[in-house]
Amino acid sequence: MVEKMLLELSSLEKCLGLKKTNKYSTQGDKVPVLQTNNGPSLMGLTTIAIHLVQEAQQNQLLGRTAEEKAIVQQWLEYRVTQIDGHRGKDETRTILKDLNQYLEDKVYLAGDNFTLADILVYYGLHPIMTELSVQEKEKYVNVSRWFNHIQHYPGIRQHLHPVVVLKNRLYTSGH
Amino acid sequence: MRLYLTEGNPHCLKVVAAVELTGTRCELQFVGVEERVVPFLSHSKLPCLQLDSGNYLFSTNAICQYLFTLRGKEPSDLTNQWLEWEATELQTALSGALYTAVVQGKKEEAAGTLQKKWTYIDQSLTRRSFPYLAADAITVADIVLWGALYPLLSDSAFLLGDLKALRGWFERVCAVAACRKAVESILKGKGLQGLKPYLQKQPAPSQRAETPTSNEPEGGESADRVLTEEEIRAAADSWSKGLSGWPKPKLIQHPVLPQPNEKNVLITSALPYVNNVPHLGNIIGCVLSADVFARFCRLRNWSTLFVCGTDEYGTATETKALEEGLSPQQICDKYHAVHAQIYQWFGISFDHFGRTTTQRQREISQDIFRRLLERDFLLQDTVEQLRCESCQKFLADRFVEGFCPFCNYEEARGDQCDKCGKLINATELKNPQCKICKGTPVVKSSKHLFLDLPKLESRLVKWLEDSMVSGNWTPNARFIARSWIRDGLKPRCITRDLKWGIPVPLEEFKDKVFYVWFDAPIGYLSITANYTDQWERWWKNPEQVQLYNFMAKDNVPFHSVVFPCSLLGAEDNYTLVNHLIATEYLNYEDGKFSKSRGVGVFGDMAKETGIPADIWRFYLLFIRPEGQDSSFSWSDLLLKNNSELLNNLGNFINRAGMFVCKFFEGRVPEMELHDDDKRLLAQATWELRQYLQLLEKVRIRDALKCILNISRHGNQYIQANEPWKRIKGTDADRKRAGTVTGVAVNVACLLSVMLQPYMPSVSASIQEQLLAPAQCNVLADEFVCILPGGHKIGTVSPLFQKLETDEVESWRKRFGGQQPEEGSADQSKTEAKPTAEAKAAAPVAEDAGKGADPQRAKQLAEEVTKQGEVVRELKAQKAEKAVIGAEVTKLLELKKQLVLAEGKTAEAPAQKGKKKK
Repeated sequence: MVEKMLLELSSLEKCLGLKKTNKYSTQGDKVPVLQTNNGPSLMGLTTIAIHLVQEAQQNQLLGRTAEEKAIVQQWLEYRVTQIDGHRGKDETRTILKDLNQYLEDKVYLAGDNFTLADILVYYGLHPIMTELSVQEKEKYVNVSRWFNHIQHYPGIRQHLHPVVVLKNRLYTSGH
Repeated sequence: MRLYLTEGNPHCLKVVAAVELTGTRCELQFVGVEERVVPFLSHSKLPCLQLDSGNYLFSTNAICQYLFTLRGKEPSDLTNQWLEWEATELQTALSGALYTAVVQGKKEEAAGTLQKKWTYIDQSLTRRSFPYLAADAITVADIVLWGALYPLLSDSAFLLGDLKALRGWFERVCAVAACRKAVESILKGKGLQGLKPYLQKQPAPSQRAETPTSNEPEGGESADRVLTEEEIRAAADSWSKGLSGWPKPKLIQHPVLPQPNEKNVLITSALPYVNNVPHLGNIIGCVLSADVFARFCRLRNWSTLFVCGTDEYGTATETKALEEGLSPQQICDKYHAVHAQIYQWFGISFDHFGRTTTQRQREISQDIFRRLLERDFLLQDTVEQLRCESCQKFLADRFVEGFCPFCNYEEARGDQCDKCGKLINATELKNPQCKICKGTPVVKSSKHLFLDLPKLESRLVKWLEDSMVSGNWTPNARFIARSWIRDGLKPRCITRDLKWGIPVPLEEFKDKVFYVWFDAPIGYLSITANYTDQWERWWKNPEQVQLYNFMAKDNVPFHSVVFPCSLLGAEDNYTLVNHLIATEYLNYEDGKFSKSRGVGVFGDMAKETGIPADIWRFYLLFIRPEGQDSSFSWSDLLLKNNSELLNNLGNFINRAGMFVCKFFEGRVPEMELHDDDKRLLAQATWELRQYLQLLEKVRIRDALKCILNISRHGNQYIQANEPWKRIKGTDADRKRAGTVTGVAVNVACLLSVMLQPYMPSVSASIQEQLLAPAQCNVLADEFVCILPGGHKIGTVSPLFQKLETDEVESWRKRFGGQQPEEGSADQSKTEAKPTAEAKAAAPVAEDAGKGADPQRAKQLAEEVTKQGEVVRELKAQKAEKAVIGAEVTKLLELKKQLVLAEGKTAEAPAQKGKKKK
């Protein structure tokens, strides 16, 4: 788990155009830790990710308004508590179902703007999406659309392999 | 905007407090616990905030942060970190603990599971030295964590021990008006119980599945932490200093006396009552725990005095004397010797093991009594008591039997009914009978003296609060002491109509003696007085002496309330307890130890098993009931011996020594440290410091884990560096093999010192094998190179022996009590019916259903051991949780089968409901 997070953070650094000078370690083999040069170390995936965005001076990725900021934070938390914490098929299905409904009228998680929430939720969903059948991907059509969009967003995919999402429906209605 | 809330939901505390604190105008709407408000979520998620744009925020922490952001208070790295930690780490632990505490009503157990989280917060606060979590002023982090912790911390059962920073912070945040308002609006004055309706609707948290008694450390072995470059460098520097400048072990000269300007530690272990042979639970509860601590203190070069002895006066001795046809004195002599032998065998390092039937005891008790009398802390009153005219004596409670006034049970004792369990006043018994002559006693009044506890209460409370704040009191001790005070103190009778005791030195009481509880704790003083004439330098010297009392929790009231009152009232500058260390109970194979039923291992029998005393010590300390009850189990003993001692600790130390002998002709090779080596040194140093800190707080069981962690790191280090291969390689390889071997054997030497409090003989034999200099036997917070290149070591041999299943099985049968005999027909019934569960779980175990099957059990025990190793290996390799989980499930299944194959009837009740007809 934590190795995966460390990979994500290094991919995120590349997306953000940061020169790789950060040192990472782990705590209790599940939480990533960033060793900062000045000041104490930082712990936790989303905390570190937010820090990196600020370091890269791309604060718009954290949301432009108070509301957008809150929504970004909410989905970041969702990523580390719900998506990472899911146990079993049922919970995975609930996550996909809820996200699917949420994304029905949205381009990005925070609405109209691409944010850090999209990046980290994309990373978190990647293993789940990889496992889905074509049929399931069609069932969660909004998630699939969003996912496909993010994986093709310039510079985001990095270490992950692309997940094939068909644009034309194979299974018409019924499912 | 509109905030949706529900009563009794702890998350709502946070958002209401945030609304109040930020002065945000928003509409509050209370809805039902399960109401779905957020349209796109399948499950109810409360609280949630509907924004004016129509969007919903369903994350509690995001809502709180949003309210702060609106007020211009943007998040910082630190507040983000706290919020993420709260959501991911704390909530997982909390949901389980709240469920255990509120729904199941097991508060103490729940408190135990959160210890690590509390320590983490406390340490963070201490390190940053802000009054609040992330800054000098209150931030969103304080609100979020306060809301999460409030339900538990506001309840008195969740005492924070000595986590002063956390306690201070919590009180500070509680005092904020916004927080008080939130509590009012969400909990409605119902406190922790106010959460019940909410919690009952939540899915039961998964951690609950654990058994109520636990022999496994929480958190687990893989708690690896981050080593900083600085730490690694510092560890390498310390190492290179070697033994030059290392403190010399202090020579112990009797009598040990406190030294001015030094740390002086006085340790007592509760005095065992003389008329019984102590069982393993008694041993771990007091003497063994105290011994580990005493040995630790000596290794730290503190002046340490460890005293104990047998408590010999009282009715129980008289009864026993009658039973065995001896005089009370003869009984005491006989059993005192039994006790002394048992403790000697267990390697308990008393400075003096005395007894209470001595002249000194009489002098000191009577002196304290006189002082109490002079200062008017004793009351006189008449008590109605039963007297047997034919025996010419007042009958102590245990000498009377009769019909229970509550349930009419015919053989109720004078103090308690065995049937209904109610406490009885002997005079209330119907048809009372003298146990000795079977005559009918009559009610007579008799004058007695009482210690006026209410008069001493204010002094006691003041002292108690000071002692608890500055000292280490275990949570159960704090809890018990406080609840005694809360329930109000009453005068307590200190005299008895008995012969076997210390006479009351007053003419009108000349036929009476002191009640044992009054003089028994005075035994600590008199035993010391029998050890040295200068005993008052220990016992009337509170400025220079730190007093540690070790006991099981049933003894807490006497040591925290009653005895301190005697000493406070005597006004003679007595040393009062600074650190009260109480254990929970140790069960035997999930039942109770019982002498009368012959269940359990008693002190004298442990030796007969042929298992060395140090193995007993190790296992008892490994399962020490610290924080919660634990169980002695034979199969677990085998498992811990074979896995922790043999495969982990013994394996590491033996390999390190063997490499020196085999590859380097018995001389420690020269070492040139690489990063890998330094890393190991830093890891060992960190564990060593943890160990020191934990032992200083008398967390004996936890500190033992540090030792095992070091050898686990050591094994991984050897495994990764493969000196046995490199020794055959190039010059550089050979050099590398030398360094690895040298570092490893030094780690082994460090382990021998750390192990000394726990396993003194094993520690000595390691040092003998390594020819370690005696000077190494000091504990400091640095790990230095003790065995330099060129040091010659002795003959290396294995430290531990494998325990075999059939061997252990035969002990289990022997000590298991009489359960198998009681109704053997019944037993065959349960045996003949394999449960559906067992069948499904064990397709291979076609004979599992036949009940006790030693051969199958042996085979299974081997499989359990093997599977246990698989799990440990995976954990060590940090395998995926799911993979470990699957292997753990297999292990549990195997254990279950093992239990069946052993023919244990313990599960019989559970099987009944499921049997197929």
